[in-house]
Amino acid sequence: MKRTMLVLSFAVLAVSSLAVSAPRHQAFPVSAQENQAATAAVKIDNFSFGPATLTVAVGTNVTWVNHDDIPHNVVSTDGLFKSKVMDTDEKFSFTFTKAGTFPYFCGIHPKMTGKVVVQ
Amino acid sequence: MPGRKKDEILHDHNHDGVDRRGFLKCMAWAGTGAFCVMSGGVLKSYSLSRLSEMNPAAAMGELSFVQISDSHMGFNKPANPDVAGTLKAAVDKINALQTAPEFVLHTGDISHLSKPEEFDTVDQILKGASAKDVFFVPGEHDVLNDDGKQFLERYGKNAKGQGWYSFDKKGVHFIGLVNVMNLKAGGLGTLGHEQLEWIERDVKHLKHSTPIVVFAHIPLWSVYPEWGWGTEDSAQALAYLKKFGSVIVLNGHIHQTMQKVEGNVTFHTAASTAFPQPQPGKADSPGPMKVPAEQLRSILGITDVNYVQGRHALAVVDSSLA
Repeated sequence: MKRTMLVLSFAVLAVSSLAVSAPRHQAFPVSAQENQAATAAVKIDNFSFGPATLTVAVGTNVTWVNHDDIPHNVVSTDGLFKSKVMDTDEKFSFTFTKAGTFPYFCGIHPKMTGKVVVQ
Repeated sequence: MPGRKKDEILHDHNHDGVDRRGFLKCMAWAGTGAFCVMSGGVLKSYSLSRLSEMNPAAAMGELSFVQISDSHMGFNKPANPDVAGTLKAAVDKINALQTAPEFVLHTGDISHLSKPEEFDTVDQILKGASAKDVFFVPGEHDVLNDDGKQFLERYGKNAKGQGWYSFDKKGVHFIGLVNVMNLKAGGLGTLGHEQLEWIERDVKHLKHSTPIVVFAHIPLWSVYPEWGWGTEDSAQALAYLKKFGSVIVLNGHIHQTMQKVEGNVTFHTAASTAFPQPQPGKADSPGPMKVPAEQLRSILGITDVNYVQGRHALAVVDSSLA
């Protein structure tokens, strides 16, 4: 059920995404259509990141959306990115320009962890 | 579901007050704050929800103070659309105490989003309390986006490091700690090396008979690490307090009351004045718990701590806002 919703939200984001950069290579899991920038989303729900591990292509713009009643943020463990605090329904986006594995956590509730694998 | 929760809360409500040395118990889920009375080097604390059952003599002592916590000013979700109203109710409760407390301790999450106007509102409401002095420690919601700069400017003028400090009142040594900064991925609350060293120095020259009250936002004992309800290096801090005969540790963060007595140390968490959170592991996440409106105030509250000379027990009493 959750997965279905996730895929749906990916699709919506992919269609409505703004062209931040136009990667040459095909992005996945969301393939960019007609040279649009690849995008992906991570939902923050019930004090967890979904999916906890997100795999994307280089150049993908990842957006975190907070669906909780409590604010969260997203902090890269190695200092690559750090969001401002996101209240309910607020978002944060970051474009991954290098391949690698990028672990992150919520700086307010550090038990919440996730990672982005950029290929 | 709400019905079941109601039953659980009421059940625990009727059994709160774990106040005997060596008696180890975690309970008293029903929310509130603590009225603390210090007497004879021993701190007793009472739930404000049970003050009517309290012997008036027990409220007398050299020193009494109140703990409130987790006001989350700015929160406006269904779990409590009126956090200012419930904080005011807490202040009314404080003002209704027979013995005006010496001061108020606020154990953090004063604001919801660290916004200046949220702090302003809390300050304004607390000005209405009979106790004029309020001592704060930050919660994680008070240090968002600026590593606690604003908190320090507002409340930490005389504090050390990232906001820790100590003070003495009528022979009782109070230690305010900060365990919401520099949190690490996957980790719990943390005090950090610098603060631990300071604690060691701070208590070094105190007599063993000095009653100690430690207050910090995140529990200094392992309530439920799976939800981050604990402090990684609290054992080190408590080790420095082993020599003392009476230690009380007051925390917030988990929006429910719990008590545990371990040797000379009594741990107590206060309820939120804003909204309740589920019991450890009883929900998918520690998010705000929505309870029926008519029930909300009965599970929010304040904590009084009262110190009475000549008794060798310590008690924390919680009072609901209802």
